[in-house]
Amino acid sequence: MLQLNAWKPGIGPAETKVRPAVVRPSSLIELRGVTKVYGKGQAAVQALKGIDLRVNRGDFVAVMGHSGSGKSTCMNILGCLDTPTAGNYFFEGVDVGRLARDQRALLRRHYLGFVFQGFNLLQRTSALENVELPLIYRGLPVKQRKEKARQALASVGLSGWEHHTPSELSGGQMQRVAIARAIVSEPQLLLADEPTGNLDSARSKEIMELIVRLNRERRLTIVMVTHEADMAAYARRQVHFVDGQIEWVQTF
Amino acid sequence: MLIETYLLAQREIRRNVLRSSLTVLGIVIGVAAVIVMVTLGGGATAKVTDDIAKLGSNLLQVRVGQAFRRTGGVRSDAPAFKMEDATAIAQGVSGLKAVAPVSIKPMQVIFGSANKSTSITGSTLEYLDVRDWNVVRGRSFAENEERSGQSVCLLGETVRKTLFGKQESLGQNIRMGKTSFRVVGVLEAKGQSSFGTDQDDFVLIPIRTFQRRIAGNTDVGSIIVSALDGVSTQKVKADIETLMRARRNLGGVQEDDFNVHDMKEIIDTMTNTTKVLTALLGAVAAVSLLVGGIGIMNIMLVSVTERTREIGTRLAIGARERQVLMQFLVEAVALASFGGLIGIAVGLGMAALGARLLQMPFILNTGIVVASFLFSGAVGIVFGYFPARKAARLDPIEALRYE
Repeated sequence: MLQLNAWKPGIGPAETKVRPAVVRPSSLIELRGVTKVYGKGQAAVQALKGIDLRVNRGDFVAVMGHSGSGKSTCMNILGCLDTPTAGNYFFEGVDVGRLARDQRALLRRHYLGFVFQGFNLLQRTSALENVELPLIYRGLPVKQRKEKARQALASVGLSGWEHHTPSELSGGQMQRVAIARAIVSEPQLLLADEPTGNLDSARSKEIMELIVRLNRERRLTIVMVTHEADMAAYARRQVHFVDGQIEWVQTF
Repeated sequence: MLIETYLLAQREIRRNVLRSSLTVLGIVIGVAAVIVMVTLGGGATAKVTDDIAKLGSNLLQVRVGQAFRRTGGVRSDAPAFKMEDATAIAQGVSGLKAVAPVSIKPMQVIFGSANKSTSITGSTLEYLDVRDWNVVRGRSFAENEERSGQSVCLLGETVRKTLFGKQESLGQNIRMGKTSFRVVGVLEAKGQSSFGTDQDDFVLIPIRTFQRRIAGNTDVGSIIVSALDGVSTQKVKADIETLMRARRNLGGVQEDDFNVHDMKEIIDTMTNTTKVLTALLGAVAAVSLLVGGIGIMNIMLVSVTERTREIGTRLAIGARERQVLMQFLVEAVALASFGGLIGIAVGLGMAALGARLLQMPFILNTGIVVASFLFSGAVGIVFGYFPARKAARLDPIEALRYE
């Protein structure tokens, strides 16, 4: 069960009494009949048409599909950046759809890590400072923050690159910094949105191996969006989206 | 929380030094302008007050004619003062330090081949007491010289310098009109008055000599009076008015055909005028401070748009709306107050320089320094809030997708 109480100020008691749904303890996240509609009336577009998906702790899921298939919408919902129009999204048994914007920010801060296709590092900011960022929002003391950030950079193989800014790093290195930033806060779930989309095949392979290692060694649950079959092949499960629905799921 | 926010904001500022300095520039100019205006204005006020005090702040001047005539022009039928009027005031009004009858005529003074147009003042020895003026070289008039109207004179520094230069002036004879005057003393230099006239462009002769040799009558132009310290000049003024009305046989409804000027009133008027001017200039300068604030808002808005993706990233990795808002707000306030500090330094520097060039005292007004610093901080809050709110309310999904 999520410890929303321990999260710090800003959460009123009313919101903390989120009733846990009956979910199997092993599943970290569960989507139940999730639909998402953009716009209203005639212009309404149904991006998701009733998605059921369960991701267990330590799983590695690749979400595949063409653009417009609804996989990005699904990722936004999984990332607590968006809420379903109907249906439920349970994160450790908490119905995310019933959380306020601010609480979802706290959920992201404490339980989620993001890796983006475009890296999204702060420019003119050193690798160390980039990795520190989530910890600053968490309010960790300076010393602890620096230490953790250093460790995270070391774990992605970037010891000695702490004081380089993104413009001094290669694409692969930038994505490593981004991964370090995502894991520095020890999240429960790592969401990767086309992490290798901007990289050549050699770099892609390195990054995928790093992600696989994080999954194996840390038992970090990973959901990754990709449209490349050979990247999806690294995952344990593949979920194919077509036209707002899950067409098929494949487990290896 | 605040420390972290400040840290984030500070990193942002350092990340873009050029943009930050340009943002700050508007505030720097605004604050500096306010400080320069108010400080120089304060200096001007002090100088005016000081100058008039040098003239004698407890000085009253009694003149023929009405103070403010609605119809304009001088009443020609108002009789001139005589020596007896001065004597009557000296005897009839209490609390006076000195009373001196004064007559003035602009004339040319000649010594050898040198000449100078100046004003000749005829008065008594008490004139120097009233004006609080000293003879620095030679001597003042002797009493018998004054009584018998001898042709002796005291020179102001400007006149002495023009006529004699490095030569010895004492004992020399100078010519004014048809009369030759012997120089018996030189007066201390007083410098410029706040009205811009050279107080040392001046020759003093006994008033009897003036009446006999220069004016050719027994009239007295005006009477100057100085009150003792601690005596109300208003009371002295009222006493003189009562006395003069009686002496000039003015009935109950008749208007005064003379007027009494109180230097204190003039000081007040002058300082009020400079104060109003200072406030006005300060207000104009404050407008530029406001413009500086709008500059901050402009740059911050651009910055929010430019950093949309970054804000999206921050929101995605767990920044709360409030934290993003605070970060941008703190950034704006830090920029504005930093600009304020620089503006204060620049403003004080410029004011010190200006005061020196204009020969005015440099008076540090801590009130306005503190006020302009606080105001620049407030400008940061007011003009930083809108962009900050815009940043905080961004939809993270949209922001992350922003190119």
